Amino acid sequence: MRRNRALWFWVFVGPFALGLALFTYVPLLWSVALSFFDAHNTVTPTRFVGLDNYTAMLRDDAFVDSLRTFLVFTAFIVPVTYVFSLSLALMVNRVGRVRAFFRSVFFLPAACSYVVAALVWKMSLFSGVRFGLVNTVLGWFGGDPVAWLSTTEPPWYWLVIVTVRLWLQTGFYMILFLAGLQRIDPALYEAAAVDGARPGWTVLRHITLPQLRATSVAVVLLLVVNAFQAFDEFYNLLSDARGYPPYARPPLVYLYYTALGQGQNLGLGSAGAVILALVVAVVTVGQARWLRLGRTDADG
Amino acid sequence: MRGISRRALLAAGVGGGLVTACGSNTGRGGGSGPALSQWYHQYGEAGTQQAVQRYAAAYRKADVGVQWRPGDYDQQTAAALLTDSGPDVFEGSPTLDQIQGGQVVDLTDLLDGVRDDFNPAVLTPKTYEGKIWGIPQVIDMQLLYYRKSLLADAGVEPPTTLDALIDAAGKLTSGKVKGLFLGNDGGAGVLGGTPLYAAGLRLVTDDGKVGFDDPSAARTLGKLHRLHADRSLLLGAPADWSDPSAFLQGLTAMQWSGLWALPQVQKELGDDFGVLPFPKDGAHGRPSVPVGAYGAAVSARSRHKEAAKAYVKWLWVERTDYQEDFALSYGFHIPARISLAKKATELRSGAAADAVRFTTEYGYAQPLLWTPAGQTAYQDALSRIIKDGASPESELRAVVRKVSAELDRVKKKSS
Repeated sequence: MRRNRALWFWVFVGPFALGLALFTYVPLLWSVALSFFDAHNTVTPTRFVGLDNYTAMLRDDAFVDSLRTFLVFTAFIVPVTYVFSLSLALMVNRVGRVRAFFRSVFFLPAACSYVVAALVWKMSLFSGVRFGLVNTVLGWFGGDPVAWLSTTEPPWYWLVIVTVRLWLQTGFYMILFLAGLQRIDPALYEAAAVDGARPGWTVLRHITLPQLRATSVAVVLLLVVNAFQAFDEFYNLLSDARGYPPYARPPLVYLYYTALGQGQNLGLGSAGAVILALVVAVVTVGQARWLRLGRTDADG
Repeated sequence: MRGISRRALLAAGVGGGLVTACGSNTGRGGGSGPALSQWYHQYGEAGTQQAVQRYAAAYRKADVGVQWRPGDYDQQTAAALLTDSGPDVFEGSPTLDQIQGGQVVDLTDLLDGVRDDFNPAVLTPKTYEGKIWGIPQVIDMQLLYYRKSLLADAGVEPPTTLDALIDAAGKLTSGKVKGLFLGNDGGAGVLGGTPLYAAGLRLVTDDGKVGFDDPSAARTLGKLHRLHADRSLLLGAPADWSDPSAFLQGLTAMQWSGLWALPQVQKELGDDFGVLPFPKDGAHGRPSVPVGAYGAAVSARSRHKEAAKAYVKWLWVERTDYQEDFALSYGFHIPARISLAKKATELRSGAAADAVRFTTEYGYAQPLLWTPAGQTAYQDALSRIIKDGASPESELRAVVRKVSAELDRVKKKSS
């Protein structure tokens, strides 16, 4: 019987474990190994170069610049998405019978492909010519058309990037917050009302937010990791046949061109990927410590 | 274990193993012998795909399957060359690292006796240390299209210097029409080394040194910022520079684009357009146009290298009738063979004749030593100079440093 159980365990888990090992862990370890080699146009390099790739990457202004840009981007997009999705969740949570309708409406964009959304933003909403949607609206008020994705002073491209990201992500995090809100015991609000707490800011500050701690920690962690792994919408908004402009260039996009583009410098690209992974790890661990991850809502 | 995990890595991480799973595999001919797979990037002109399938089907000594590959083609071939499931024969521009890494096969002997018939402008970048690594298929070039009527209305002569181009772009810009379109990124991508050649400089010198470590480089590139600062450049157009739509729709009076756009421009504008090279700048300057060509190359991982070479020789050396058809019947290219280019009546009049003249007199090809890493650094700097008004001197200093390091790296490998 016990042997049977072990057999079934492997029948069900085996294929997934094998897939995970083959398609995730082996490439991951392989890439770490590559980072110590001179691996131009090869995945089986022979020339060991020690930490050369790492020093080259850390001295590469373009890479360091993209890391810096994305630290700033994270510091901005995480709180903004947090506030937006929490506000939506609080509003949707208050409406009565039509809640399901609004929940679906706000969640729907999360089902949209990043690539499709990026193309809609690029070609239709924020197209740089006079018949782009936003430029048409500007035209009604006598404004000149703006080349949203090509203008660096002021950096209008951030407006395009941030709006598409918010549109895509807010609904998903709203659902997480809604789930958290619905788990809060209504008795707490009643008790607060009896004790004279005025509904609104006081209740939000002293009951809702502390009760949402676990959800908040999860949401912030996911948002931070997502921000550092940004690729899809950036690549589709800003790249062209000749490459990617030197601004708003996510680390992953830069590494993509270094390792997998014509450069094919797989060693250098892998070193960059390891550095990026370390940065993400340090930021998330630090943040988990700071937010005291693992404590439940009840510990609040 | 090593073999298995390497393949697994390729399938998952690099993606090269997977890309061969998609893409059409039509065009199997009636030939016998080994099965060869041949890759082309997706040509925009109607009929090209059917044409290359017809050529492949006519070959008797191997069973050639043509794959037509949309998307980022150079990236796909770069990844596929790492795998066993890549193409046997592919069109591409083998990079120096691919040649030094032994990823492509030496094709020198295929050109025995006909080497001089290939235009040196496109053969040189396929040659490394005296050996040939790709057989040029056609010559592509880029040039400046301008609308004669719009220039006449604004009282502007077709510009022959960079300063005149900047002035003209300013005068041609009105509320609804911009003066010049150099691509949605403001020109950094498509111009590349063209302004440097127009200033009498080059990307890499013949003895393998940086060719633009010179004050006039900063002066010329700095001028490009004025186009952006004057708001004379069209930015954010629905289709990028390689497509003549912006020019044809009247969004811009002048556009930098490829020779391939010529038939479409001719059809829609008739006589109301002209073509120019990139105008010269400074005392030592001369006009410049970039020329380039995909070459037919053979993957070193092919299981039938000799058969693949024989097929390349048959199609791109022996069958001049197919080469002529490929260059001139779909879209518009200059044949890579000098003898064919001389015969082509299509190239003897009008804008096409101008384009041929620009190619012979002012054409430059990106040198093989100009590596992708150097290219990225240069393009980033050019973008910052054009759009942000960054100091050309300090930007170029950093690029010269980076490119020198790259040149040292590839030279060390060859010795």
